[in-house]
Amino acid sequence: METPLFATHSCVAVEGGKVRVIKLRKFAALMAASTLVLAGCSSSSDEEGSGAYAGPVKDTPGTINVLAWPGYAEDGSTDPNVDWVTPFEKATGCTVNVKTYGTSDEAVQLMQAGGYDVISASGDASLRLIYGGDLQPVNLDLIPNYADIFDNLKDRPWNTVDGKNYGVPHGRGANVLQYTIGKVNPAPTSWSVVWEPNSPAKGKVTAYDSAIYIADAAVYLMSTKPELGITDPYALDQTQFDAAMALLAQQKPLIAEYWADYTKYIGAVQSGSITVGTSWQVIANVLNGEKATVGAVKPVEGATGWSDTWMISSKTEAIDCAYKWLNHIITPNVNAQAAEYFGEAPANSKACALTANPDHCKLYHAEETDYWSNVYYWKTPTEQCLDGRTDAKCVPYAEWVKAWSSFRNS
Amino acid sequence: MKLSFTARIMLLTMMGFGFAFIYVPLTLVVINSFNKNTSFAWPPTGFTTSWWTKAASNEGVRDAISRSFFVALFATLIALVLGSLAAAAIARYKFFGRDVISLLFVLPIALPGIVTGIALNNVFTNFLGELTIFTIIIGHATFCIVVVFNNVAARYRRLSSSMEEASMDLGANRFTTFRLVTFPLLRSAIVAGALLSFALSFDEIIVTTFTAGAGQTTLPIWIFQNLFRPNQAPVVNVVAAALILVSIIPIYLSQLLTRETSTR
Amino acid sequence: MTTTIRARRLLHRNSGARVTTLLALPLFWLVVLYIGSLAALFVTSIWKIDTFTSKVVREFTFQNFIDVFTDKAYFNVTIRTLFVAICVTLICAFIAIPMAFFMARVARPKYRPVLIALVITPLWASYLVKIYAWRTMFYPEKGFVNWLIQPLGGSSPGFGIFAVIIGLTYLWLPYMVLPIYAGMEKLPNSVLDASSDLGAKSGRTFFSIILPITWPAIIAGSVFTFSLSMGDYITVQILGGTFQMLGNVVYQNFSLNLPFAAAVALIPVLIMMVYLGSIRKTGALDNL
Repeated sequence: METPLFATHSCVAVEGGKVRVIKLRKFAALMAASTLVLAGCSSSSDEEGSGAYAGPVKDTPGTINVLAWPGYAEDGSTDPNVDWVTPFEKATGCTVNVKTYGTSDEAVQLMQAGGYDVISASGDASLRLIYGGDLQPVNLDLIPNYADIFDNLKDRPWNTVDGKNYGVPHGRGANVLQYTIGKVNPAPTSWSVVWEPNSPAKGKVTAYDSAIYIADAAVYLMSTKPELGITDPYALDQTQFDAAMALLAQQKPLIAEYWADYTKYIGAVQSGSITVGTSWQVIANVLNGEKATVGAVKPVEGATGWSDTWMISSKTEAIDCAYKWLNHIITPNVNAQAAEYFGEAPANSKACALTANPDHCKLYHAEETDYWSNVYYWKTPTEQCLDGRTDAKCVPYAEWVKAWSSFRNS
Repeated sequence: MKLSFTARIMLLTMMGFGFAFIYVPLTLVVINSFNKNTSFAWPPTGFTTSWWTKAASNEGVRDAISRSFFVALFATLIALVLGSLAAAAIARYKFFGRDVISLLFVLPIALPGIVTGIALNNVFTNFLGELTIFTIIIGHATFCIVVVFNNVAARYRRLSSSMEEASMDLGANRFTTFRLVTFPLLRSAIVAGALLSFALSFDEIIVTTFTAGAGQTTLPIWIFQNLFRPNQAPVVNVVAAALILVSIIPIYLSQLLTRETSTR
Repeated sequence: MTTTIRARRLLHRNSGARVTTLLALPLFWLVVLYIGSLAALFVTSIWKIDTFTSKVVREFTFQNFIDVFTDKAYFNVTIRTLFVAICVTLICAFIAIPMAFFMARVARPKYRPVLIALVITPLWASYLVKIYAWRTMFYPEKGFVNWLIQPLGGSSPGFGIFAVIIGLTYLWLPYMVLPIYAGMEKLPNSVLDASSDLGAKSGRTFFSIILPITWPAIIAGSVFTFSLSMGDYITVQILGGTFQMLGNVVYQNFSLNLPFAAAVALIPVLIMMVYLGSIRKTGALDNL
């Protein structure tokens, strides 16, 4: 299913233009031993080099600005007992400043603006950043914990380009359907409660405020309108795309607010202005902190999801601290804490034995494959259809953004 | 002026309504800073002073306040110099293009903040490379100039130039005239402009969002980051309540100051 | 003769030289930095973006303007934004004029600094905190507004255009009160006495004498409320529910499609320029 998506791009295009090629020529001289094999770059494979840090990772102190999804890099400010940043700072002498973001679009913008050293990027942001030259390849030899990562998360198309790895996996999960217990009866098991006009929760529904949410509409259409022939919610030709936009327009009267800030979402659920909608497990976990107030399920139609990767900025000045962070965050113990706090399947196979709840990995299907068969990880739609179709042109993400902007303002 | 009874009642009602409208939300902020429940439902369920103690020991807040103070101070200083210079030129001289330039000095406040923000962000990221605390100061100074300019120009217009001319007739050169005659007359307008400029910069969020670099957290940015977080939102209310209380005195003093030359 | 003395003589004799020295620095700042960055932004609106990486590509295109002007959604959002800005201005004026008049002419002089201080103090409470307070007030079941009007049979209007208008009115009210107060203060007593001597009741005096004289001050206040409302996106995000204004469009597209955001940003700028141009004659700009 994962086609070699950008096989058509030459190495020059991959590197974003002439400038990058020249830069890499300089790095070729510094090229160190790397386990990465370059594939597909016929003409200039010698000059490309890995561009990754040669290592070894030194003990230089430094400061890294980390861009993370909420719940990924907890430093005690949300909950004093939830902290895996301070131990890292104490052990390594590196200072970590965490900034959380709400959508992949925000992440791309912040990374491009500069000033951040490390980012946990979902599949719909990672490739945009790689092709934009904002990230550097990662030398996996310098990250001992990488060996324990689940095999089916290694070398995926969203974090590996032309054989070069750009980061280490963090975890994966599905966007869940969350509902306030007692306010939505019976407890929903289908996305229909957020899409159908006769929804019992009309006026109190929420949806994700990003163009990528169009894929969620496509997922629903895969079940309700199979005649459209959608096989990959990120590979939509114009007809399929228009159907998804029509579904969104149908949903609008049901919506109380679109959410991009998870803390605002939590407040809205607590105050009762939102009772059902797409959510992340971490939001449900925070809401259920003191007593169970919400339920969260993956509905029968499947869901969009994400598989995240920790990646390093191409402009970082604290490369040693960056590598240390990457190694730290996928340590079995830390990965277990992060995966449990957020509510996702961990990336490190050894983390499953260390979670506080021994059934955590079973609960989040970390070692299964069936569960993930109808979870569609976020990725960036391109004109070249991601489902492999060559007879149709798919709508690229820039058009998704335009359509979303127009829809939100109509 | 004689006011009919109905007119008086109407005015008093509007005054009452106006002040109620202004102060009810602020009172709610103060009440919520003592609210046990973090979701701020009304009526409040429990009383606690723990948020005040938490705020006092919160490092992030102190850091943000000092950064905001630093930015506001420098932005105000730049604005004072540039704004007063411009006010002197516009109010005292007639020259070609004066109207256009005086319109120019209104633009940073008349055009929406988001436009200024993205314009500056575009220039800073493309030409200066990155956003730092100085880019914030530059952004703030740009609209603070307008505030100082307006206050000082208004005062210049009310002062006839006869005082300055008399001073020069008596032998003082322009610099001495400015130092001993004009400046004392302008002083309260300059102070008023400086206070307003400081206040604007201290609370500015829109332009700051676009000109602040990673980690450059001013107070409004800190508030924005913590506004919805369940464990931090009450601390935000504490900070706001404290700001209101702390600022009443300088505001009252500045009002007394500006009145000295405007009695009728 | 030293250069200092020559320079001083030149400045003393030549008023043009004086104006130039005075204006050099401020103009440099405003023209090069401010106008320059605005120009750079609007130049971006004729460029495109790389559809995959969202980075600006310097190739000429009018597509952004075509998209803005042909898509009905953007026309709708412009009209809605204008509507909100006008409502906010009118409501602010309605509340501010009586308040300012009372403070400037009816209240005893020794209370005036206190009253003005009371009006200005909210400016020191953070914008965000005030809007968040309104958000909690508008909560559908547990909000203050709901608690207040439930006995009367109503319920909280919730988040939407109404909440946005109330929120923005709340934020900008002091900006309207202050210039009008300054304008009312300047009213010559003699004119008011003459009016009542000639037999006019309060209402007549107000509409025929006070309002026309303080009109420039009212317009000056409206510049603030109008422009601040045209560009606001934070209040809309917090109080608006699914409602959006021009500021939100710019904000949402700024990161992924800067040329398009720049094209949209032109709309409020043009509207404000037209507004400023049309009020120049009223002398309002001197009252800011």
